[in-house]
Formats: sequence, C-alpha cells, structure tokens
Amino acid sequence: MIISGKAVKFSDNVDTDVIIPSKYLVLLDPNELARHAMEGLDPGFYEKARRGVILAAGKNFGCGSSREQAPIALKYAGVKCVIAESFARIFYRNAINIGLPVIECENVSGRIADGDELMVDLENGFVKNLTKNATFQATKLPPFIMQILKDGGLIENLRRRLGVK
Amino acid sequence: MNITEKILAKASNQKTVSPKEIVEANVDAVMVNDLTGPLAVDSFRKIGAKKVWDPSKIAIVLDHLAPASSEKAAELHKILRKFAEEQGIPGLYDVGEGVCHQVMVEKGYVKPGALIVGADSHTCTYGAFGAFSTGIGSTEAAAVFATGKIWLRVPETIRIDVVGLFHSYVTPKDLILHIIGHIGADGAIYKSIEFTGSAVRRMSVEGRMTLCNMVVEMGAKNGIIEPDETAIKYLRLESAEMVKSDPDAHYEKVLEIDVSSLEPQVACPHSVDNVKPVSDVSDVEIDQAFIGSCTNGRIEDLRLAAQILRGKNVKKGVRLLIIPASRMVYLQALREGLIETLMEAGAVVCNPTCGPCLGGHLGLLAEDEVCISSSNRNFIGRMGSVKAKIYLASPATVAASAVTGKITDPRMLEA
Ligand code: SF4
Repeated sequence: MIISGKAVKFSDNVDTDVIIPSKYLVLLDPNELARHAMEGLDPGFYEKARRGVILAAGKNFGCGSSREQAPIALKYAGVKCVIAESFARIFYRNAINIGLPVIECENVSGRIADGDELMVDLENGFVKNLTKNATFQATKLPPFIMQILKDGGLIENLRRRLGVK
Repeated sequence: MNITEKILAKASNQKTVSPKEIVEANVDAVMVNDLTGPLAVDSFRKIGAKKVWDPSKIAIVLDHLAPASSEKAAELHKILRKFAEEQGIPGLYDVGEGVCHQVMVEKGYVKPGALIVGADSHTCTYGAFGAFSTGIGSTEAAAVFATGKIWLRVPETIRIDVVGLFHSYVTPKDLILHIIGHIGADGAIYKSIEFTGSAVRRMSVEGRMTLCNMVVEMGAKNGIIEPDETAIKYLRLESAEMVKSDPDAHYEKVLEIDVSSLEPQVACPHSVDNVKPVSDVSDVEIDQAFIGSCTNGRIEDLRLAAQILRGKNVKKGVRLLIIPASRMVYLQALREGLIETLMEAGAVVCNPTCGPCLGGHLGLLAEDEVCISSSNRNFIGRMGSVKAKIYLASPATVAASAVTGKITDPRMLEA
C-alpha cells in the first residue's frame, strides 16, 4: 500500500480529547464527527484535511481514552495515514481496526515540516519526504495487521474470516 | 514468567510466552459503556454475526452520561438496552449502578488470573486483583462479542517495588502521580507495570485500584498486582487462582520507591505527567473541586474527604462536587453518615456516574476556571472549556483545597 499527500504537523502527546472532544461522542455519523476532528488544537483542521492529508506527529499520538471516534473522525475528515514517533496503544489498534493506516517512524519532528509532500510505503516500511528529497526507515507492520488494513478494517477482515456473505 | 506472561500464556493455551510475541487469547469478560457500546453494536451488526459468543461474559454499563444528559445520550442508552435484550445479555447495568470499572469489580466479572478487555481505557484497573485487563476500541469489542478472542502483543514488564510507610493524608494517588511524573506520559507505552513491595501488600484494595487505574496515563497496557488475601476478601471469593510471578521472572526494568518521604502530589495542566509536590502549587485559586471517578470515587476516598470536611465549610465561591463511584459505594457512604457530613460542609452530591470527569455533564467548567479533581486526566478541554485548567490530586488534597479555596496540602489543614 502506497499513500501520498501533504503533511499536517502536530507535536508530542496529542490526546484523544483534543482529537475529538467528548461532547461530540453522542454523534453516530462519522461525517459529523469528522467536522470536529482536532478541534481542541486547530479549529481549522477540517477545512485543511478535506483534500486528503497525511498527519505527522511526535511521541505518544492518540493517548488518553479508548474512543474509536478519534481515528474515525480523522479518517472521515480526510486523513489518509498517520505517521508518528510512537502511538498510544489503543489508538494504534483502533486506527488499524477501522482501516486508517498508522506507521511509526523516528524523529518525525525533525524530518517532516508542515506542508511537505510525503509518500508512505506501508508494506516495506519507509516514508519518503519528496519536498526534502529524503527517505526514512519506518516500522514495518506485521503481515496479519497489513491484511486487516488491506481488507479495509477489522469488520471486513472478520467477515472474510468468518465466511459471512 | 511474570504474572502477566503467565495469564497470557494460559489464555492462549501455550506453555510459555515471551515479550513481543503476538498471541490470540481467549477472553473471560468484555465490557462496553454508553459511549463506546453503541459503536460496538454497530460494528457487531456490520460483522454479520447473529449471536454473541457468550452473553454471560459481556457487561454493558450505562455510566458516562447517566441519567441521559441529552436526547442523543438517551438514544445511546436505548440502543444498548435493546441489544442486551435481543442477545439475552443479563449484565446490563443501567443508569445509577455506577462507573463501569467499579461495577465490573462489584458484579463479579473480575477474578485473579482472568483476562478481561473493555472498551474503555481505564479497564487496566482490574489488575489490582491479579487479573490481566486492558482497554480496547469499540470494533474490537464487537469482534470479541462475536468470537470471544483477541490478539495481544505480550508486553515487556516494568516492576515497581514500593516500600516504606505513607504519611497520613498521603495516599496511593500521590504515589501513582509521582510515578507518572517520573516515567512520563509515554514512558511505558505497550508495557506492563507490576507493582510489588511491602507498601503495596499493606495497601487497601481501593488504593491498589487507584494505582492500576492510572497506568494507562503512562501509556501502559496493563497494571498488575499479585492477588492476596486482601484482594480475595474484597471480591468475596471462596477460592481463587493465586497466580504469582516466578522468582526468576524477567523484567525490563525494576524501580524502587520509598513512600516514607512522599508528600502530596499534584498533576498540573495540561498533562498528567506534569507533576509537582503540592507545596509548589499551593496558592493556586480554584473554582471547583471534584471527588469521584473510577480513580478515586470509592468508599475509602469518601471517608477521607469526610474526615477532612467534618465540621468545616466549603469556601464561599467554590463548588465541591462529590460523585460516589457506584450505588454500593453511595449506600455504604449513607450508612456511615459520610453523605451527611459532606453535605453539611456544603458539598453537592450527585448520583453515581462519570459526570464531569470527561466533561460529560454535572459540573463542566467555563473559560479560565480552575478545577482540582480526584480523577485521572487533565487534558485541554477534558472537563468543559478548552480554556479551563485542571489539576489532579488525591481526595484528601481536593477536600482540603475546597475548604481554603486554594490548592492546599491536607496536612496543613489538620494542624
Ligand atoms: S470516571 Fe472518568 S476516567 Fe473513569 S470511566 Fe468514567 S470518564 Fe473514564
């Protein structure tokens, strides 16, 4: 899977309360959730993300609550992939389960600037910064996780495995 | 193997497991609440499974927005009640039963050696009883509803040996805040934290739950304490599987902490690892004080608060909100006369719910307001306005601060 797009940059410890504030958790429509993505840090995010972006962040991205609405809001807002130095584990699992690719890469803060054109190769585990003409190693996803992403998320993956037509 | 590895090995039918290995484990219980459950129901339907794998192992707790704080919240509750009925799930804990993690323990889902997952990040709380428990998302919970299984990466374990005697009015909450300040918000991502040592052995179950509850604030997968008589008694079990770490178990790191010199700690805005001793932040004026949540809304916490507030008054201009973590806690507090003491001091006592802990309802903050809270998170916007400030502390520090109107060392008030 190859994903490309412009980087939108955030710093360390971006928590799920700023990704999608809890007052919106009563919303069931993913497109409505998306309108409030990252509202806690950048109220203009939705407009920025709509054409499709790659979110680049520092350490511990997605820390805090288990709300799956966080990766859902990002995905439906237009985020095609999240690159971070590390992820909070529940966010990481949730993102994969709903089919939002996530990849760990060292020193994102030093290597990627806001607006850089990026290309991510998930299978082979690298990130290319086209603007800076540099390629970085990233953590390769294990095959069964790659499979969940390829299927489009855990629901589709399970439907296939359980043989649901 | 250590206790976490042993539980994961058993749950995945293996003799041994080692860190980084990915296992497929059988789940003993799964929990969803009113904010994560409806999405799980939706995912369950999309998976196309007709029946849940075992209705008796599923708990649904209506706690975050209970009673319904809006029409939309009422809809969420309705979805869950209907699902429980349709699937014959006996464990639907409706409005008023309490915060999910307290309810899970009280209703018998938690046992030593069990593997429990829940669509709530503080599911790690049950490690206090020697269970492996961790938070997952809604779709994963739906997958567990359908299959009873989950994949887990075996975590590396950090052992924390806690020794010494706590000063009076210094609590396990102060200890865990101190540890988080030391390790950092991302210092234990994907890892397990095992608490050992004489101070943990002496600690009440309530205190142990507070410790394990907050390990997720350092990114940890689970927190765990070997089960003992204290834990078994609290659960009212006749017998239990007393799973323990082997003497030669492997740990990534071992830390030792002596609590004898620990003073009350406060996590300052806007991150849980921004921890300072209370003396560094005394004089910060507050508008609201909150005692409750799955971290510190238990009977021991209410006793401590009542002890401090007995015969005193909440400072004019300050709101003190008290929310018992469950119906059982509330009833016990009533029987002990604690509710009366707290109300006489000027506190507002609400029904068991998460309430303001996550900015749901019952005490949100306006712009520039300051709250001191016994809960577990102080992120931007967590309790209302993105311009409000949240300080986290023990129930003793929160109660003392409510009396003076400023962040206060509870030991000063006593003098
Ligand atoms: S009390 Fe707070 S932290 Fe605990 S489950 Fe409720 S919202 Fe989450």
